[in-house]
Amino acid sequence: MSESQQETSPSTQFEELPDAPPKRKVKLSWPGKIGIAVVIFWAIIVAIGPTIAPYHEADILDEELFIVPGSDEMYPDTDFQPPSKIVYLGSDYLGRDTLSRILFGARTTIGISFIATLLAYLLGVTLGIASAVGSRFLDMSLSRVNDALLSIPSIMFALVMIAALGSTIPLLILLTGIIYATSVFRIARSLGQEVMVSDFVEAAKVRGEGLWWVITREILPNIAMPLATDFGLRFVWVILFVSSLSFLGLGVQPPMSDWGSMVKENLPGLVYGSVAPLMPALAIATLTISVNMIVDDISAHSGGKLAKRMIS
Amino acid sequence: MSALLEVDDLRISARNDDDELTPIVKGVSFTVARGEVVALIGESGSGKTTIALSSLGYTKPGLEFTGGEVRLEGEDVITMESDQLRGLRGQRVAYLAQSAAATFNPALTIGEQVTETCVLHGILTQEQADQRAETLYRALELPDPDRLGKRYPHQVSGGQLQRLMAATALCGKPDLLVLDEPTTALDVTTQIEVLKAFKSVIKQEGAAAIYVTHDLSVVAQIADHIVVLYAGEIQEHGTAEQVVSKPSHDYTRRLMHAVRPPPAAGQGDETSGEHRREAPALEVKDILAGYGRTQGGVPSITVLRDVNVAIERGHSVGIIGESGCGKSTLARVMAGLLPAAQGQVLLDGEELKPALQQRKRDELQKIQFVFQMADTALNPRQRIDHILGRPLEFYLGLKGEEKRRRIGELLQMVELPQEFAGRYPEELSGGQKQRINLARALAASPEVLLCDEVISALDSIVGANVIELLKRLRKQTGVSFVFISHDLSTVASFADEIVVLYAGRVVERGTTDAVLSPPYHPYTRLLISSVPELRVGWLEETMETQEAQAGIDRVVTLTDKGCPFFDRCPLAIEGTCDEETPPVRALTGSHAIECHRSEAEFAH
Repeated sequence: MSESQQETSPSTQFEELPDAPPKRKVKLSWPGKIGIAVVIFWAIIVAIGPTIAPYHEADILDEELFIVPGSDEMYPDTDFQPPSKIVYLGSDYLGRDTLSRILFGARTTIGISFIATLLAYLLGVTLGIASAVGSRFLDMSLSRVNDALLSIPSIMFALVMIAALGSTIPLLILLTGIIYATSVFRIARSLGQEVMVSDFVEAAKVRGEGLWWVITREILPNIAMPLATDFGLRFVWVILFVSSLSFLGLGVQPPMSDWGSMVKENLPGLVYGSVAPLMPALAIATLTISVNMIVDDISAHSGGKLAKRMIS
Repeated sequence: MSALLEVDDLRISARNDDDELTPIVKGVSFTVARGEVVALIGESGSGKTTIALSSLGYTKPGLEFTGGEVRLEGEDVITMESDQLRGLRGQRVAYLAQSAAATFNPALTIGEQVTETCVLHGILTQEQADQRAETLYRALELPDPDRLGKRYPHQVSGGQLQRLMAATALCGKPDLLVLDEPTTALDVTTQIEVLKAFKSVIKQEGAAAIYVTHDLSVVAQIADHIVVLYAGEIQEHGTAEQVVSKPSHDYTRRLMHAVRPPPAAGQGDETSGEHRREAPALEVKDILAGYGRTQGGVPSITVLRDVNVAIERGHSVGIIGESGCGKSTLARVMAGLLPAAQGQVLLDGEELKPALQQRKRDELQKIQFVFQMADTALNPRQRIDHILGRPLEFYLGLKGEEKRRRIGELLQMVELPQEFAGRYPEELSGGQKQRINLARALAASPEVLLCDEVISALDSIVGANVIELLKRLRKQTGVSFVFISHDLSTVASFADEIVVLYAGRVVERGTTDAVLSPPYHPYTRLLISSVPELRVGWLEETMETQEAQAGIDRVVTLTDKGCPFFDRCPLAIEGTCDEETPPVRALTGSHAIECHRSEAEFAH
């Protein structure tokens, strides 16, 4: 049957077979899609949060708002109120609106974390690549300094620095950036080293290309994807770190709201069954879990190699 | 006779992004009887490994069985549950992967790994298994069988590891062995030793085997039946004798045609015309090079010693030797990637700086390096037009329309369609990538092209086409070639001159005809006799020869005194060859042999 077909087209017969099936596109699973939706939701809140908030983050609500019509109670409690039509997510320990504070806090928490992660990447990738392509001496010195920084517990380091220099937002960003640059450095260095010994970099060197070309055209495009994925994960850790600093009272200072400090301030409310400490915790959880779900999908696409490297 | 394994109308498909099925194996049927070796032969992508793995009831991720049956003693393995499969794999069917070096765990002793499977399956107790392993070491002719089990994988050679894989697979007395390209990564001298061991042990154990390979001459030595595959379909099926001597199908004939004839004098692609009396295009003089810290002009690991090679303008010089002989190191010294500790590199008679950073751009332009693995030599993030365009821009300053036109010409030169300019490397097949790799080197308009094992990673048919292309390019461009390979037949069909390297020393050099006809250096003789010939029964004949018995499957050792070939040489003189550096004996023309023995002694 196929005999006749083959005779008619001798030239197309026995074409060289393709090496491997075409690469699959990144396909998001449904948790990944939910993750993207939640991240987009929070991005919108960062942009418009304060304008749609019913109250200001520092407003202590008036007692009159809580007077139930027909009741003779003139001075009702305003703190730790359950969710109602007046305060959709309840009120906090000073009687401020939890929803408004979460909406305002999104900007501080996500903003600080995002800028700090960017800073960590700027520092870490620059030095990591320098270490990968530079001389043995440069690599050794940068790596040992990095190891020294890594060996200091990050919370302790931040605690000492904040105690000495005072808690301001620029310092918070700088500190977080430096602390997280250490792990970015290690990833960028190991990714860079791997590409550095590949044949195509060798080919560029034999051609006589300069270091700048090798870095920007040969190395960076090949490590951009794993770095971008790691950026998502690192961002989550920075959020948790900034939140834990705030929880210890070292981060964002009152009356500015921040999800981490909101959890801390309202902890006593748990005794009264208040939702005030749970809501900001939930906000942190939704954002971090969503980013993780997206990262998982991309990592699965790369055969899990990415995930393994990022743990180190 | 009842068949052990029956593959009946097997169909396997790949599922893509849109949940569509693409057939990979399209209705394949064959049987394997007890004590029989069936070879599956075809190019990469023909589905041969996929079919072989189906006998273990396994498919690679992304593939699924869509029809047919694979029956082992009448039981369908495709429909087996996972606990049944666990009993099947390693016990009744054993699999031997391609690379032994990657399969053995460096932290465990050989004995532990060889016996692990059968002890785990409860077939044998540890003691019985140890005994069984020792019997197998003897059967596989491994050295020092009583103590081999206590050693670690890095203490034995690659060929020995490959045989140890066979011991691992055979330890539990499986009914069926699946061998996936077990000799492809080995040198010729190692390959014949492994083949011989496999063949005798399979016969001795009475096991059946499926042998997967793309090399027809290897198959001719070991298989009883041959199944020729192309794109998931059987093209031809018959006994080895029948397929090799009377191929009935076009595709088989093409495969046969791609097998290069055994190296012999008179088939070199000699450049016509007079030898011009001017400085060679590229020359290396008294090179000493190696790796590690250099102290007093001597690196801690010296790979090359006293190497002299001259490449005349427009000529091609083949450099041949086994892995570890320093042939790639020599190319790296020429390109400047590895600065030589001593000696000179001359381009057109002018001395070049040893390190490439110190060389001038026009010097770099004249020597271009073609890397072995096209897969890794092309940046996966750059389009083909960027890859080819960069040397044009960098060396020749071409821009815009002019550059685009030249890229088109280059693609035409390497016989690829113009629209490839817009593609990424991963959208190309192995052979196409190698062509792009060549085109990039040609883009610089070089005088010397260093080709490091450019066809070793390619299938036979694809490799043969690339060789044809290289021959044509040579005539067209007049570029000088340094052609590095471990495959003597490839070099013989391409080079004007051959340099035989052994453990970092040039043991013989001369024109192709002179090197491939007597008198030979003993090592050249060993290399020539180890190239498998495409006929049944070659293996047995070769193993009888004196060279084979003395020299096969030994590790290449670097020595700083005497002749490095001493321990493998049938003509070695105790006390002289291992102590004194051998003299270079000039024979007719440019032919020279480095040996203590006189011409009359090795010219037998």
